[in-house]
Amino acid sequence: MSDGLIIDQLKKNQILDLLKEGKRVDGRQFDEPRKLTIDIGVIPKAEGSARARLGDTEVVAGVKVQPERPFPDTGDKGMLICTAEILPIAHPTAETGPPQPPVVELARVTDRGIRESGMLDMKQLVLEKDKSVIGVFCDNAVTDHDGNLFDACSYASTAAINACKIPKYEMQDEKPVKIEGEFTEPPITTLPVSVTMAKIGDFIVVDPTIEEWGIMDSRITITSNSDGNVVALQKGGSDGFTQEELIKCAELSVKVGSKIREIIKQSK
Amino acid sequence: MGGRDTDIVLLDENGIRCDGRKVNETRKVTIKAGVLKNANGSAYIEFGDNKILVGVYGPRDVHPKHMSDTDTGILRCRYHMAPFSVGERKNPAPSRREVEISKVIKEALEPAVMLKEFPRTAVDVYMEVLQADGGTRCAALTGASVALADAGIPMRDLVAGCAAGKAADAVILDVNNEEDQAGQADLPIGYMPNLKKITLLQLDGVLTPEEYKQCIEIGIDGCNQVYEIQKKALQDKFFASGEKQ
Repeated sequence: MSDGLIIDQLKKNQILDLLKEGKRVDGRQFDEPRKLTIDIGVIPKAEGSARARLGDTEVVAGVKVQPERPFPDTGDKGMLICTAEILPIAHPTAETGPPQPPVVELARVTDRGIRESGMLDMKQLVLEKDKSVIGVFCDNAVTDHDGNLFDACSYASTAAINACKIPKYEMQDEKPVKIEGEFTEPPITTLPVSVTMAKIGDFIVVDPTIEEWGIMDSRITITSNSDGNVVALQKGGSDGFTQEELIKCAELSVKVGSKIREIIKQSK
Repeated sequence: MGGRDTDIVLLDENGIRCDGRKVNETRKVTIKAGVLKNANGSAYIEFGDNKILVGVYGPRDVHPKHMSDTDTGILRCRYHMAPFSVGERKNPAPSRREVEISKVIKEALEPAVMLKEFPRTAVDVYMEVLQADGGTRCAALTGASVALADAGIPMRDLVAGCAAGKAADAVILDVNNEEDQAGQADLPIGYMPNLKKITLLQLDGVLTPEEYKQCIEIGIDGCNQVYEIQKKALQDKFFASGEKQ
């Protein structure tokens, strides 16, 4: 344990020294995310799917669409649920079994970014009010972990939902029946994109790698929509941010996010 | 946000909210320190209709042992809602929401607690929400700081919590349950007023960059008000017999 700590401390000093010279370990600018590639339709059995590669971090998102009984208080809206899990193939420290708090946080932050942006117009996903609605389930599987899973899951989810096809259903005897071979476009209103920033010393860097992630003091994930508004946010890590830093981070997130949104748009 | 459609008027034509507050007004906050006999430190907080008990144990031996760290003490937090704390009975098992809130509260308190002073030990913070009415994570965080101070654990600052948000197109302070359900955005903040650092920050709901700035601004203002009440709670406990402050 203490060996690990000494190595962490040495690594941190090295990364900090580089940052003071205006450099990052992998040569990127402070506000430069890693290369993002998105492949759509990698899982043909899913109604929508995307593989997002952010540097060496890789996430596969699959969208399943199926009729559901609505929650009693939201019978006039469809259902949208995003999850995320880190597969044991993704990293030597990834474990099987019930999700630990960091994985629960990953799944909830991914879900919040999509949900709070109102990406899908849920009112259009109702088959019969209070009886049957369309459920959209976007499940993220992290297959390779090189840091910043929040953003990789955000991009994979947004791309997969954006590219999904909603099967047509008709109500017969109060039960939804699928019409084979007929699909509609999803009711997309906006494309949410998260940008995670790590604070290391007094420096703020976009899209931390696993090395930077391991030694950062704190982090913030800010999701923005197509209008450049902030729709979701999560601070993490054992340090705080000043008011000025938070405003800078929001501006950075909107700026970097708009470029990423173009990559997601073009992937469709 | 929940986006549920209700008949409640969140903001009337005079700028008064559904519970009678102005947009920049917090709910009534009362805190009492040292309310539990067995805990090393404790606090009871009422934040509007939220009622939360916090108990702190430690620094003490770490169980399970492999969690202990030779370099520093560790902070463990559990945020838990009682089954009777909400309208419909809540399953007593910890939900994913509670797991996440426990984690963000832990990370909001860590910058304040001088854990390096007690290597190989754990400080356990248990927050029990007895009644919930919107903004429980901020209220729990506020109570937890007081309980930690009550336990005599060295701290750099207290962390005060208060949410800002948006309802009926207005930026508001200290979002209550109705505003959380039917409003447009909720931005809980945890803030160390002396160090001027924000240690808890989340958002759900849509804010323009300008509204985001305003929310942080008034949220910090709310935290400063809560901070005064936290300090008073500690003064009341430790200087109640009229000793010099």
